[in-house]
Amino acid sequence: MNVLFFEVTLLLYFLGTILFLIQLAGRWEQVSQSSFAIAGIGFFFHTLALVSRMIEAGHIPLTSMHEALSFFSWALVLVFLVVELRYRIHILGSFILPLAFISLISAAALPKEIKALEPIFRNVWMHVTFSLLGTVAFAVAFIAGLMYLIQEHLLKSKHRNVLHHKLPALDFLDDLNSKAISLGFPLLTLGIITGALFAEFARGSFLNWNAEQIGALGTWLFYLVVLLGRVTIGWRAKKAAYLTVVGFAGVIFTLVGVIVKGQHPFA
Amino acid sequence: MNIVAVGLNHKTAPVELRERLAVPETRLPDALARLKRWPGIAEGIILSTCNRVELYAVVKEAEQGFDSLRDYLGTIAPEVPHGAITPHLYCLDGRDAIRHLFRVAASLDSMVVGEPQILAQVKEAFEAALGQKSTGVVLNKVVKKALSVGKRVRTETGIAENAVSVSYAAVELAKKIFQNLAGKTVLLVGAGEMAKLAARHLVSAGMQHVMITTRNYDLAVDVAKRFNGVPIPFNEFPHEMAGADIVVCSTGASSYVIGAADVQQALRSRRNRPMFLIDISVPRNIDPAVGALDNAYLYNIDDLQGQIEKNIEQRQREAMKAEDMIRAEVGLVAAWMKSLEVVPTIVALRRKADDIQRAEVERILARMGPVSPRQRQLVEDLASGITNKLLHGPLVALKAEADSPNGALFAEAAQRLFNLEKELEAAPLAEAGERFGAEPSEAAPQGEDAP
Repeated sequence: MNVLFFEVTLLLYFLGTILFLIQLAGRWEQVSQSSFAIAGIGFFFHTLALVSRMIEAGHIPLTSMHEALSFFSWALVLVFLVVELRYRIHILGSFILPLAFISLISAAALPKEIKALEPIFRNVWMHVTFSLLGTVAFAVAFIAGLMYLIQEHLLKSKHRNVLHHKLPALDFLDDLNSKAISLGFPLLTLGIITGALFAEFARGSFLNWNAEQIGALGTWLFYLVVLLGRVTIGWRAKKAAYLTVVGFAGVIFTLVGVIVKGQHPFA
Repeated sequence: MNIVAVGLNHKTAPVELRERLAVPETRLPDALARLKRWPGIAEGIILSTCNRVELYAVVKEAEQGFDSLRDYLGTIAPEVPHGAITPHLYCLDGRDAIRHLFRVAASLDSMVVGEPQILAQVKEAFEAALGQKSTGVVLNKVVKKALSVGKRVRTETGIAENAVSVSYAAVELAKKIFQNLAGKTVLLVGAGEMAKLAARHLVSAGMQHVMITTRNYDLAVDVAKRFNGVPIPFNEFPHEMAGADIVVCSTGASSYVIGAADVQQALRSRRNRPMFLIDISVPRNIDPAVGALDNAYLYNIDDLQGQIEKNIEQRQREAMKAEDMIRAEVGLVAAWMKSLEVVPTIVALRRKADDIQRAEVERILARMGPVSPRQRQLVEDLASGITNKLLHGPLVALKAEADSPNGALFAEAAQRLFNLEKELEAAPLAEAGERFGAEPSEAAPQGEDAP
């Protein structure tokens, strides 16, 4: 059952992505309404997929890369729906939905079967949840940064098009960026601590210097610097936008490292 | 039944005449009540703004309607001779009148295409008319449609999207740098007319803090009073610039008043919070190098002007899209109005009755088995007798109301009571109308067409 829901979700996110990308080019009231509706319905099926998978597995479904990517995508869409309802920043969907779709289709490409949970992994969901929610926050910061850079470029080049009108104001995007990082950083910190404790518990060492651990620590340090830079020496606006866009590349690298290298118990 | 529009606007009449004929809001209810009672007018609405005075009405015949409305307009300004008004009037009927109202509501007929007030003004005119019950089935539908078309045009085309005045363009840009202008500070350097206008727009968009500096400090104090702002001595303003989110510069100086180093310094003390600098002086007063600084957004008069010209072009392009939308909607409304004609309703009712009668007769004859021609005739007569007697009342009433102001109301009621939607769509009504135009007599053998 969960696989069926998952596939329906995948289809809806695909449709939503197309509709949201179309909107970057022009204004169509109906497209804009239906794209939001499709994202909403997709989210509903996604929730069903996650819940039914949890019931079928008998534990929180965060024990494989497939499940992690699916959860990541779910949380992204949740953030979009909340922000859209609260601030009416519809264009956010044109950035978030494609990301959610890419994440979900990557999940679709990975083995989907429910693994029996070894007792040792019983509490691994805590580490996964924190890390993923942190990643969602950094993804939002990345998108805010990207939107900032586009709007900033349009303002500087005095080229005002549909996109200029649809994108929010610079200071709003900077604020969203800052909030997202301030939220993502403690989450990532918790993710790393729980991960280290889990590694100690499972393997007997907090740290064994594999690629994804180095990646995670590098990412953590990077965002720490970004955060401190903003507070102390005014690394805001354009600089902050650049840094978060680059920083997210590090996050992706870590994630891909987890999948490809296969040293992480997930893979 | 026809819909007519008679009026004048900024294109056809000078302001001296428009202001004479304008109906102020306070006198609108009386004027509407009078219009409602005016001979030959079934429904009416008055749209009076500073750029136009227009009357829309439902009348029996277009020509007579034009005359009544012209006479009525004359009574608004009795001191103006009739002959002085007539040459400025446009008189439209049917589709043309509907299209005109739609174009007005969509601001396509406005002095500045895309301006936002007219839609609200049409709405107010409609509400006033509803208050006086001077509109009915037809105008209610048409005006509501005009409002929804106007709204659609605003949201689905870019007609209202870009500013077409320098100061408003500045406000729009400011809103793309600062989400919320409330709590932000604007610094006026020099107090030229353009700068003051821009400042006024910014303040009405929510900016609360205004700083003013001019070489003549007394002038700064004077202007500051008007904006509830703070005057700043001219030689100190570069230090105060860090506190300003928006700088509007328009002095008569022949060289740069604000240099890149000043702005860099200000940005540093602002910790890179963005600054929006508007240079509306010629020759320019802000060093163009400022535009290259990160987080500083410099627009000079040409940038804004160029923007506006592009915007006007764009509005014209978008207006074409709006015209297409309006064309489609006018078609729909015109078709609906046609359906309100009494004659097609009578035809449809007759046709529906005939269809039911024929089907029922066939059904019962099939169940009766073999019958003689006489028996068959009796069954058919029975059926047609019942239908005709039953329809006699409604048909007579409809015929009687065909030419009265209530005709549309009766037609609509009949269509809903007898559920005539399908029949009205079924055949070309005009043609059928000619065939069945006369009231069918009760005795006419209705079974004739049956096989």
